[in-house]
Amino acid sequence: MSATTTPEAAPAAPVTSARTTPPGPRRVPPPGRILLVASLAVATVYFLLPVYWLVIAATKSTDKIYGSNGFWFDSPRLLENIGKVLSYDGHVYLYWVANTLLYAGVGALLATLLAAAAGFALAKYRFRGREAVFKSVLAGVLLPHTALALPLYLLFNKVGLTNTYWAVLIPSVVSPFGVYLCRIFAESSVDDTLLEAARVDGAREGRIFFGLALRIMSPALVTVFLFQFVGIWNNYFLPLVMLSDDRMYPITLGLTTWQTSQDRIPELVQYTVGGAFLSVIPLAVAMLVLQRYWRTGLTEGSVKG
Amino acid sequence: MTATADSPGETRPPAPSGPPGSASRSARRSSRPDGAAWYFLGPFLALFLFAFVLPIGYAIYQSLLTVERHGPLGLGEPSIGFAGLENYALALQQADFVDSFGRVLLFGVVQVPVMLLLALTLALMLDQLSDRWAGLLRASYFLPYGIPGVIATILWGFLYVPGISPITEALGSAAPDFLSYDNVLWSIANIVVWEFAGYNMLIIVAQLKSIPQELYEAAKIDGAGPWQTALRVKIPLVRPALVLTCVFSIIGTMQLFAEPLVLKLLTPAVTSTYTPNLNAYNDAFANANIHLAAAKAVILAIVACALSFGFLSLVTRKQRRER
Repeated sequence: MSATTTPEAAPAAPVTSARTTPPGPRRVPPPGRILLVASLAVATVYFLLPVYWLVIAATKSTDKIYGSNGFWFDSPRLLENIGKVLSYDGHVYLYWVANTLLYAGVGALLATLLAAAAGFALAKYRFRGREAVFKSVLAGVLLPHTALALPLYLLFNKVGLTNTYWAVLIPSVVSPFGVYLCRIFAESSVDDTLLEAARVDGAREGRIFFGLALRIMSPALVTVFLFQFVGIWNNYFLPLVMLSDDRMYPITLGLTTWQTSQDRIPELVQYTVGGAFLSVIPLAVAMLVLQRYWRTGLTEGSVKG
Repeated sequence: MTATADSPGETRPPAPSGPPGSASRSARRSSRPDGAAWYFLGPFLALFLFAFVLPIGYAIYQSLLTVERHGPLGLGEPSIGFAGLENYALALQQADFVDSFGRVLLFGVVQVPVMLLLALTLALMLDQLSDRWAGLLRASYFLPYGIPGVIATILWGFLYVPGISPITEALGSAAPDFLSYDNVLWSIANIVVWEFAGYNMLIIVAQLKSIPQELYEAAKIDGAGPWQTALRVKIPLVRPALVLTCVFSIIGTMQLFAEPLVLKLLTPAVTSTYTPNLNAYNDAFANANIHLAAAKAVILAIVACALSFGFLSLVTRKQRRER
């Protein structure tokens, strides 16, 4: 198995983003070129079509969502719609935005810090039980997270933590995959001689970690943060089983409750669409801007195979 | 540093011997305060135990219990009693629970290869473009990954329901019923492909970028065209990335939950026992049988782990034999 991961793969990872595409064969013969461009165009339409529909639909009233061509504008009124989404039910959507930022933002930040410390410890110290800890972390990577939601509910229900912010936040700050990435990155990029030099200079271990290791590991940390952010943002099962007060919901859970009540309150069709639009657009922009960080970090992940 | 690139399954040299080549430094190593490691590990480990290990242990414990009814007609005060493996037997006897496993298995057997083939094709095609175009297209293929499954399903739901969907409108009478009993599984598969193809593509792209350029040059000198380079050089070299994406996709398939839950609102073809996760959720909340639900959650975790470990060892064994 180690044969598949050449020595170049791991240490080269941080620099890959800087490297340009291999010069390889640039020009394909014309018929192939046409096929290539056509296939890529079809793929682009496929991936962007639902988002395009969302942008159009966000400008429409509920009537127009049903009664007009979904792929073109019909009496657009985007700002009015957004205003209604935000003010509906005592500004509940704003609570959901704040909660999402708390769960995904603060959760991912804490998860990254914990993963960095644990990964650094596993990479740079030798102690009894190191391998046992690492193996159980790996088992955590392979365990399906939704298979964990129900057991977490049973336990948190027992200790009275359900329907609190902690119920979603505590499981969110644990990222075994982050520990795995941080360990690999720390092993290949944090130099032992540098640590020894710092120790000779009298630096304590905590100072070495916060002042030195964290800075060296920052490319990996950005990746861990993004992974965890999207992971928490995507995890629907956990808040669904844990929370019953709709003022504590994240956006995803809130929108599905609106979706469920559409039969009784038809305006909610428009609010669901508008709410989805408001939550998707900032993330789409963030994706485009942060794309290169994903690439850098994913190389670390791929050496795992 | 080769040790860092080892696979998760590989056993590492025992801790005291240290990494290869560090023996000469053993004298200086004594200055390293290894005990400090536990301060760094402590916070993570405590939360890992509390939010990973303990819940699983507690779920296993709960799965071994059952509510016993006493008195005439079982109307007396119920009490909790030890049930052994009764809940597991009950779960496996339920036809709809077993069916739900069959359904996600069928789903995975079709959806995972389709998605990975799409991801691989896109990655190889983008490799032929100039950097600027490749970057732009890569970002647009990756975009759906940032949209949570529930919101993606709400979106696609609008594109599936006849009467709202501009797609069925455009296709007219040729439009399939996306939400019928026969089609809805593949409509869900489409949503999952849409969400994750770009993400998997990005992992493969990352691996492609780490291929040493000399290999391309050598292939060119040997007279290989773009097709041959892709088939003979690139695909074999991105194999580790394909294995990784495959394992994560298998785990993801077993977890299928949010997509069918949201589509359930739109069509009777999706039942409350459609996937194993939905089945367990239904037992815990609609039927209020947490012991059975716990047993199902444990079965699900075991099957998912067995499948991904099985796949990993299959790939490793094959690779060893090839060597």
